[in-house]
Amino acid sequence: MKRLLLVLMLALCGTGAFAQQPTKPANEGFLPVDESAKKEEIPAAPLVMTGYAVAWIAIFIYVWSIWQRLGKTEREIADLNRRLAAGGRRS
Amino acid sequence: MNKLFSPLLIVIAAMFAFAPFLIGGAPYESTMGLVQKIFYFHFSAWMGMFAAAAACGWGSAVYLFKRRKSADHLAVAGAELVVVFGIIGLITGPLWGRKAWGVWWTWDGRATTALVMWLIFVSYLLLRRFGGPGSERLAAAVGLFGMFNVPFVYWSVNLWRTLHPKTTVVPSLPVSMGTPLWFSTAAFLGLFALLMALRRRLEERRADLETLHLALEE
Repeated sequence: MKRLLLVLMLALCGTGAFAQQPTKPANEGFLPVDESAKKEEIPAAPLVMTGYAVAWIAIFIYVWSIWQRLGKTEREIADLNRRLAAGGRRS
Repeated sequence: MNKLFSPLLIVIAAMFAFAPFLIGGAPYESTMGLVQKIFYFHFSAWMGMFAAAAACGWGSAVYLFKRRKSADHLAVAGAELVVVFGIIGLITGPLWGRKAWGVWWTWDGRATTALVMWLIFVSYLLLRRFGGPGSERLAAAVGLFGMFNVPFVYWSVNLWRTLHPKTTVVPSLPVSMGTPLWFSTAAFLGLFALLMALRRRLEERRADLETLHLALEE
């Protein structure tokens, strides 16, 4: 009986250990060695340059787009002002 | 603002020209190496995005409760800037992650909440563009909701398991890394102020145009 209790206690301690949170997320697949070796070969410089280029290009495109929209709105305002002035002179 | 615009433009342009030299002179991070230098513009773009989200949320709240047209202009300008700064953050992040984590994208807490926040402001702009008459009020509610996402995005790294660096990283940076970071952030916040002034001007002129159209119809 004592031996049985001991086995049960050991088994319960074991489940406690298994119930702990995994320290690493579960793998969803295995990669062959040559694939993981490729990851280490990724050059950093093109990524950094692309990152900074993207920031500059996005800012320039946005400034250009505001400029275009502002110019179009100003032209329309000038046109409407002319039409309103012409209408005022007629009446 | 007109008086301040030109001097501010010169200062911000000079800061953006000088920033690469400061960033280039910063030391390499011990585990990530060169690719970690993306961080200086990546973080700064997110700070610009948070400032724009706050502007949009504030403008939306004032417009919802007080019906001030100027607040609505602020909200529209803020939402558009969230999308622009968000594009920079959402592209530079995967470029950094590709080298640091080995993947372009991972659905971790920070990346996912940031993407969701960006999509909220995209939906704000779509609502304004295609929502028809009265969509301003509905969009204002969306803008306010979007602003309340900012704290979740910021603290997501502490709340959920994530690959992103924790919020403790930035305050604990050594001076050699902190100086280029805060310099870039100041440049981005200055750029945010400039773009906000330009975009609000566009919205004001559009309101003038609408008034003229109404006057012509009468």
